[in-house]
Amino acid sequence: MIELKNIHKKFGRHVVLDGVDFTVADGETVALLGPSGTGKSVLLKHIIGLMRPDVGEVIVDGESVGQLGRKALAALRGRIGYAFQTGALFDSMTVYENIRLGITDETCYADRDYCRSRAAECLRLVNLTEDVGKLMPSELSGGMRKRVGIARAIAGRPKYLLYDEPTSGLDPVNADAMDALIERLQKELHATSVVVSHDVRGSFKVADRIALLHNGRIRAVGTAEEFMAAKDSVVREFLERDVQFATEG
Amino acid sequence: MDQLTTTSELPIPVNAARAVARPVLSALESVGRLGMMLLELMRALPEWRAWLPRTIEQCQQVGIGSLLIVVLTAAFAGGVTSLQAGYQFTGSIPVYLLGAVIAESIILELGPVMTGLLLAGRIGARYAAELGTMRVTEQIDALESLGRNPASHLLLPRILAGLIMLPALVIAADATGMIAGFLAAKQSIHITYADFAYGTQRFFRTFDLWYSVIKAEAFGAVVTIVPCYVGFQADEGAEGVGRATTTAVVTSCVLILLLDLLLAKLLL
Repeated sequence: MIELKNIHKKFGRHVVLDGVDFTVADGETVALLGPSGTGKSVLLKHIIGLMRPDVGEVIVDGESVGQLGRKALAALRGRIGYAFQTGALFDSMTVYENIRLGITDETCYADRDYCRSRAAECLRLVNLTEDVGKLMPSELSGGMRKRVGIARAIAGRPKYLLYDEPTSGLDPVNADAMDALIERLQKELHATSVVVSHDVRGSFKVADRIALLHNGRIRAVGTAEEFMAAKDSVVREFLERDVQFATEG
Repeated sequence: MDQLTTTSELPIPVNAARAVARPVLSALESVGRLGMMLLELMRALPEWRAWLPRTIEQCQQVGIGSLLIVVLTAAFAGGVTSLQAGYQFTGSIPVYLLGAVIAESIILELGPVMTGLLLAGRIGARYAAELGTMRVTEQIDALESLGRNPASHLLLPRILAGLIMLPALVIAADATGMIAGFLAAKQSIHITYADFAYGTQRFFRTFDLWYSVIKAEAFGAVVTIVPCYVGFQADEGAEGVGRATTTAVVTSCVLILLLDLLLAKLLL
């Protein structure tokens, strides 16, 4: 379970998060929506301890992230897979080496045969062939980088999966393929997931619940149906904008 | 309604105090962050499985990769020192003293300082750019998100490689500079090997070599720790990486010159 309690974060004088309360139940997939620059990625980084809140508490798997020491935090991170927006692949390593680094269990990491078969399995899960493992990140397209980033995130069999804008920068066909991939991974891995996105339709497809981040706070949380039926002006405006884009496109 | 007071309306001493306080606080913040980084490096030492293979890799890149340019520079430095000293020695000064002048100036000063400055450019720029790019492209965040320690995976291997390889490169530079100096002197003032060797041995102390290695070790720390720190703190995209690279090289060069003076005062 992931719990965020009254999270406040500001950079200089710019307030990004202004009292976020947010819970993700075990096995649930929640999509965190909001326009660009509202602090969705910042919130995600709080969950994995890459950022610390100015005020508030983040609890993951029953552990308060801010209170953990180095080893305990590393162990917790081993149970969380984080797929970065641009993939954030290590560009001096091959795709295989990138995925291998995602195997967080040290005994498994030292076993080269296991690593090879796990990397191949992860590549297959994200619809890539084993041959891609030999390539360098610079040889991959944007969509492939994102998929390899996901392969690396799931290599350690995480209990939690965090996706940062998995469909941004992708064409509609590849965005749909990515949504289908996230849906399939949820079914196969049964992980607790948070998907940060500004793509409403894709989020409705993959998430059990949707949350809208607005002005540093969670403005609304609910199922796709509840969201569609919402009367809140900000929710309506956000949903209509996406529909408008879709029809204009 | 109360009127806002702008900074330009504040009394001059307040503005002056702010102008002084800001860089001082910024410098103190940097010292604090550097201290934290060094502490992290110490804490990463037991994670040898992570840093040892990467240190060997970095040693090859720093050592073998820099050997040619270090040897080339030392050869020219030794040759020029020899020619200029030879030009000034024409007259009543015994030629064997040329051996002492070349050996001492190469071992005590030119070998370590030139190698340090060269590596500040070659290795320092590379480390700052590599780590800065990794920072702005979220690769360092990715490493941390995988439960890996950036200190043992990225910083320690680079710093240890500098500490191991710089003394070795300085010894190579010292040897090359002296050989080149002798060959240049032989050509210009026709000094014999016996005279050159006599002059070299006459004024040589074993401590001179230690002094050269101590300087190399200090410069090795500077050309790795400063760029690693600056690159690790980089932000604001490509511009931030460029700024980090320039800062790393300039700061390393200035620190090398300052340390050169300090070590000469303390140890000689």
